[in-house]
Amino acid sequence: MRAAALLVYSPEVRQEVADSILATEGVCKRFGALLASDNVTLDLHEGEIHALIGPNGAGKSTLIEQIAGAIKPDKGKIYFRGHNVTKLNTAERARLGLARTFQISALALEDSVLQNVILGGLGAQGRPYRFFKPVLASSALRETAEAALERVGLAQLARTRAGELSHGQKRQLEVAVALTLKPKAFLMDEPMAGLGSSGSARLTTFLSELRHEAPILLIEHDMDAVFALADRISVLVYGKVIATGSVDEVRILPEVRRAYLGDDAWDC
Amino acid sequence: MSREGWINIALILSLLAVPLWAQVADEPFLITLSTRVAIFALAGVGLNLALGLGGLVSLGHAAFFGIGGYAMGILASHAQSYAPILEVPLLIEGTKSMPVIWLTALLVSGLVALAIGALSLRTTGVYFIMITLAFGQMLYYFSISWPAYGGEDGLPIYTRNNFPGLNTLDPIQFFLISYVILCIALVFISLLTKSSFGLALNAARQSVRRVETVGISTYRVRLTAFVLSGMMTGLSGALFADLNRFVSPSMFSWQTSGEIMIFVILGGTARLFGPVAGAALFIVLEHLLGGISDYWLIFLGLLLLAVVLFARGGLIGLLAGSPSRSG
Amino acid sequence: MSLVLFIEQVLNGFQFGIMLFLTAAGLTLVFGVMGLINLAHGSLFMIGAFAAASIAGWTGSFVLAIMASLAAAAAAGALVEVAVIRKLYDRDHLDQVLATFALILILSEGTRWIFGSFPLYLNIPSYLSGPISLPGGIQYPLYRLTIIIAGLFIALCLRQLILKTRIGMQIRAGESDREMIAVLGVNISWLYTLLFALGAALAGVAGGLVGALQSVQVGMGEPILILAFVVIVIGGIGSVKGALVASILVGLTDRLGSILMPEAFKLFLPPADATLMGSALSSMLIYILMAAVLVWKPTGLYGVRV
Repeated sequence: MRAAALLVYSPEVRQEVADSILATEGVCKRFGALLASDNVTLDLHEGEIHALIGPNGAGKSTLIEQIAGAIKPDKGKIYFRGHNVTKLNTAERARLGLARTFQISALALEDSVLQNVILGGLGAQGRPYRFFKPVLASSALRETAEAALERVGLAQLARTRAGELSHGQKRQLEVAVALTLKPKAFLMDEPMAGLGSSGSARLTTFLSELRHEAPILLIEHDMDAVFALADRISVLVYGKVIATGSVDEVRILPEVRRAYLGDDAWDC
Repeated sequence: MSREGWINIALILSLLAVPLWAQVADEPFLITLSTRVAIFALAGVGLNLALGLGGLVSLGHAAFFGIGGYAMGILASHAQSYAPILEVPLLIEGTKSMPVIWLTALLVSGLVALAIGALSLRTTGVYFIMITLAFGQMLYYFSISWPAYGGEDGLPIYTRNNFPGLNTLDPIQFFLISYVILCIALVFISLLTKSSFGLALNAARQSVRRVETVGISTYRVRLTAFVLSGMMTGLSGALFADLNRFVSPSMFSWQTSGEIMIFVILGGTARLFGPVAGAALFIVLEHLLGGISDYWLIFLGLLLLAVVLFARGGLIGLLAGSPSRSG
Repeated sequence: MSLVLFIEQVLNGFQFGIMLFLTAAGLTLVFGVMGLINLAHGSLFMIGAFAAASIAGWTGSFVLAIMASLAAAAAAGALVEVAVIRKLYDRDHLDQVLATFALILILSEGTRWIFGSFPLYLNIPSYLSGPISLPGGIQYPLYRLTIIIAGLFIALCLRQLILKTRIGMQIRAGESDREMIAVLGVNISWLYTLLFALGAALAGVAGGLVGALQSVQVGMGEPILILAFVVIVIGGIGSVKGALVASILVGLTDRLGSILMPEAFKLFLPPADATLMGSALSSMLIYILMAAVLVWKPTGLYGVRV
């Protein structure tokens, strides 16, 4: 524990907050008696995958919601690309280049896979107010969308209704939509869930390359994937970051060992 | 073409054929009924944009219908009394010209929709329903208590307004005006459905988070849809007032809002021609059942209940099956 | 404007507000527990008024009339719940709006069919008619004062029912978590019918009490329904306390607005224009109040969920 505290508060980390593309600074969020975020300070550097792990109810999703702008923190600040974005809403942060995938997929389920991805392109263009021209006739939007589908391996399913996709395919679709935003950073909430072993191996390879396009703040329960991918890992327990460090540094922490070795019911 | 496409064509052609036949057969009342169908359908097409495509259950569209009506009533009454509406700071006179009246109706109902929408869209769900209803009611009471334009008694206009090159007093010519406007609105909606805006609006109905996450403000998208929707319903109000040569607070009443919603639902929510089928069915029922019983609204109520509980697709849904969405 | 008139209007505002509360309470409870928006709630108000007027006409007893308004509205509520409403709990709000709008058409026209289009009248009983002298030399109609007290008493009973009884506990459990009442082993469909009938009975009593102040006719329920909506929006959906506060607020705003607004406009307009402007604007005042609350607190004064 002492080592962990040192990791969090060492002066180098504080310095990195200023240099990073995305950072939270002393973020607090309380729901009634529950302290969901307890003075959370963490950051995301260019080119890295920063994984956020912790038991169920540790406040990982609440933190992501605050970073994405869906929930306002009670206290603390959130910086993105040098701007203080604490007061901006989800759409405004997205327009700055913050892309997000959801734990429970948020898709237009009645629309086709292609339409869902084109919506992303539309958001990136910032011009959804065109009333006459058929959106599918826009070759620029279509090409971006098809390229994104190709990259996540859903190109064959472009005309399928999003509601008919499997659980894992919906996750892939979310990633494809995020790609069309040409984001400066990704927030990914359990992208591996429901993928199966071959699917998650493929996604692991994909994310591993993706980090060079834009860094990824990753919530993931698949510890193999986390240890394979992460440049840094933060451990969140009861809303508090108890440690941040490299895979090797975090791996030896007793809490993580217990979880990773399966002594304790974390939420795999 | 899909089955729904053929049904739509049959529908819009019969709406044209019936009054043309009535013209030949000298049945002017049938022409008036068809004109009512076209005008109500336009009101419904407007509401359907908010309700069907946008998922915004507005129970206050009578506000826009009434504003369109009063835009016509106020302009025409000043024209017939030769008294300007406003002298300072600038001279505004009344007019009997339909295009000017329509533009005014579109503009004013758009502005009111902007104000009502801006407030109501801060909320969702039941709050939105209740608030739109309440704002409609607010205008209703205002129209009753403001005596300058007839107050509770309403405002008669003695002759129908003019359209360049047409004799608007001829029922068939006025029908054609309404019919063409309805067709333009339908074309606009059909383009909008497939456009960028339509995609965003439709997605916002299904998942707010999805749309926000790609950087599009659902509030603005919905507000835009609400304003467009209010404008179309406003225009239909102006036509309706011209058809009757009379405006009254009842155009603002919540029953009117309910009826416009019935047009949409009876025909089939979120279907392009749903409001046309619904308005036609409504007028036919009103005419047939109203002839049998003074209490025909009981039957309308039962029918509506049956549609809601058992036939969600409405008339077009029954005829055409479930909707096919193009990808 | 005299102080006496002002106090009289304050009392009228209270009286109006209390009647609004009786109507709004059922609406907000039904929404809070069952998630249902019921446009036909105004029809239950109307049924209460018609039941009271016809029983009073038949027996001559006002007490029996009010009991009849309660019983008739509760019975109609239970019947409607079993026949239609319970099929709507799992539906979206649009379906609920449409189906309950259809119910309005059926109930209104059905009432017109039975009672005709001419209004009925319910007389204030002799022992409650006439004015009463209040401290300060204010003369106020005894009947209005009685219904203020009766309304407050009913509100108090409702509070005791919700806070102190087993059924109240189940209702509160249902508000916070629908699955929870199933866990408690409560027969949910029975509880829902009971709650719906309770809300209907409250609206029915309000209809009966108000029926003696205005003519009893088809369509009398809808204006009060819409005002009850305004009340709920201001108070926060699902909150009975919010409904009470907002009802009084709306009642006072309405009654005081109608006398204060023209006076206010007289400060800078000629009297005739001021009266015109004032009365037109005062008819909109409660909606302006609602809009203001919305800007300030989109979920209402005591609301939590949207």
